[in-house]
Amino acid sequence: MVELHDPMSEIRAGFFAECAERIEQLHDALAALEESCSNGRTADPEIINTAFRAIHSIKGGGGAFGFDNLVRFAHGVESVFDLMRCGQVAPSSALIANLTRAGDHLADLVDAAQAGKEVPANGSEILEALSTPTSIGVSDPMEFGLTQPWILQFRPHTSLYASGNDALFQLVALRELGAADICCDTSMVPDLAALDPEKACLTWTLSLPADRDEAEIVEIFDFVVDLCDLLVQRKELSSATVQNTVPSVSAETAPSMRVDLDRIDRLMNLVGELAISQSILVQCIAETRPDPQSHLIERLETLTGLTRNLQDSVMTIRAQPVKSLFQRMARVVRETSAALGKPARLRLEGEETELDRTVIERLADPLMHMVRNAVDHGLESPAERKTQQKPAEGTITLSAAHRAGRLVIELSDDGRGLDRNRIRAKAEERGLVTADAVLGDALTNDLIFHPGLSTAMGLSDISGRGVGMDVVKTAITRLGGRISIVSEPGRGTRFTLSLPLTLAVMDGMVVRTARQMLVIPVAAILETAALQRLDRRKAGDEGELVRMRDAFVSLIDTGVALGIRNPGCPPGSAIAVLIAAEDGRRAALIVDAVIDQRQVVVKPLRGGFARNPGISAATILGDGQIAFICDPGELARSVPTGRADLTAVA
Amino acid sequence: MIELLAFRLGEDRFCVDVAVVRELRSWSRPTPLPHAPAFLAGVINLRGTILPVLDLAVRLGLSPVAADNRNVIVVAEITGQSVGLIVDAVSDIHCVPRSILEPPPRVQGPAQLTCIAALSLIDGQMIRVIDVAALMPTGVTGAA
Repeated sequence: MVELHDPMSEIRAGFFAECAERIEQLHDALAALEESCSNGRTADPEIINTAFRAIHSIKGGGGAFGFDNLVRFAHGVESVFDLMRCGQVAPSSALIANLTRAGDHLADLVDAAQAGKEVPANGSEILEALSTPTSIGVSDPMEFGLTQPWILQFRPHTSLYASGNDALFQLVALRELGAADICCDTSMVPDLAALDPEKACLTWTLSLPADRDEAEIVEIFDFVVDLCDLLVQRKELSSATVQNTVPSVSAETAPSMRVDLDRIDRLMNLVGELAISQSILVQCIAETRPDPQSHLIERLETLTGLTRNLQDSVMTIRAQPVKSLFQRMARVVRETSAALGKPARLRLEGEETELDRTVIERLADPLMHMVRNAVDHGLESPAERKTQQKPAEGTITLSAAHRAGRLVIELSDDGRGLDRNRIRAKAEERGLVTADAVLGDALTNDLIFHPGLSTAMGLSDISGRGVGMDVVKTAITRLGGRISIVSEPGRGTRFTLSLPLTLAVMDGMVVRTARQMLVIPVAAILETAALQRLDRRKAGDEGELVRMRDAFVSLIDTGVALGIRNPGCPPGSAIAVLIAAEDGRRAALIVDAVIDQRQVVVKPLRGGFARNPGISAATILGDGQIAFICDPGELARSVPTGRADLTAVA
Repeated sequence: MIELLAFRLGEDRFCVDVAVVRELRSWSRPTPLPHAPAFLAGVINLRGTILPVLDLAVRLGLSPVAADNRNVIVVAEITGQSVGLIVDAVSDIHCVPRSILEPPPRVQGPAQLTCIAALSLIDGQMIRVIDVAALMPTGVTGAA
């Protein structure tokens, strides 16, 4: 099969991917600066350098593709960092806030360039805001010798020409910057007889206008840095800057490349097959009863190890930290809080938690709505907060963690909490609940997910941007996730999203029930014990409780719960596995035997065949057998079998 | 012209359009899915992906095939979804003009008829062309 690629579009795509990375670095650096600034410490120069390099490479790439707007704006931002680097401007929190805005705008410009869309307009205003502190910081330009013209000395090495470059390019570019007094030193050129035509022996000296930016000058030499001697300095000032001290553009983060997801899936499948073939091979050889000391066994063990390593590495490819997603939310908070005049800060936790790329992408929209709502409806106005003796600035916390084999994202605010009376009143008004219905707090909270209610509750006088929570809920459910709310009046609201780690790697305990292999996420397991030794009590007709960890928990026969075998006595050797779901609910699962504990690849059960309560996904064991991965949350929830669950609201 | 893959289910003969067939797999025991409908025999490991396998006979309202090593799994793919179909034996590939295919009589009810795309007589025997898309449950879940 021949695949046609447009090489240019690939390069462009690579550039945009790099931009995203760089903007992330920039925001990281700004966050670090902000932190050191608010603690009254001096900023780490390396952080400023990182930010500078990030901007610089966006500018460089943008220039190569002719995104003039992007280049112009990046240049403006870059010069601020340059001044900061030279110690001419101190990073104040006002400046950092402006730079953060600039970073957001830069992201917009990159998006606009990528989509070929209109460029957002407020760029010049942002740049203006940025230039103000510059003039404050630099009280007298003369003091820093900024009015002195630049003197530049440039001596190309032989290797510069040998690698296909030409000093002429740099000279022409310099002339465009306004180079004057260009002078070529030919004193090193030998006699004609002794001349090696391929040897470089010329040196140029020239002057450049004082208002040029050093970075701008040095940039011309980006591609020939290692192939020449370069000296850039202010005239008659001793602060010489040797080119080699300018840090190279290469970042400290590992380089990355873009790969089609299809190709990765193919690779994963092939490696899976390989692992299976390998274990079959091991079995076949074992049947021939070879000498345990033989080379064959030794080699086979090496192969086993290699296969395992290969499998592990392939598994991690698709996972990505949620950091980029969270940083987008930081922006949403900044913008919403600015628009509503409600100061708010976003605290991020667990940004390094990894999640499948596709899930990250599909999570962006719902999460954005939720974050916006948290600022808009969750937080009180500054005045109201004051009367409540809360800090004027609201805090929104976004955290991610792996729990019970799922990704749990929590979004909490320290605002007013849900007004359950109002929700209830609205719901009654709209005929969603009858006036005499008894609803607990949790069920009342859940009413905001009801399509007939969420939009009405969500609309605010201030933003008019209320987004239906039902839309959020639908999106999360489509991802195979669940959403729950805890809210305390006056203290705040916490939304908990629990998402499956589709295709992620998971530590699982492989267990057997009847003839079926099952995997229980290790993260959900608290304890295992022989069932016979436990204190079991009847509860009702069918229910049974068991005492584990000083508490009675429901006892669930997984075989029965999953419809694999009929209710009855589990084998005498059965094991009870105490699990805790992500909401803290506990239950004990009866399994026939514990087989192994290992990492498994989570494989989604695709197609409409796959709505199986209690099972979240499947995996393929080493021998090719399929094992189902249990969803501890659903299994634990299914406990009160006799009673219908009150989930009707959702 | 259309190419049809013919196979047997008990005494009945059916076909599918070769264009939707991705491969034929020798028998491997499907792992039954908990709480699954009867026609869903289970899932198998197809080179690292989990493939749902239908007991086609049950799906078509016939008596279930006594699945064992002699059976074959036809792997079909349609609109990006793959599904395995258990059949008794693959017998033939017929290359016939599209014109000889007749639409099935419009009868509501039996499971079989809703999954039949066309009927035809080949060598004096009636064969039924199965509409693979209709076997998929996505039509239901997609609308929900």
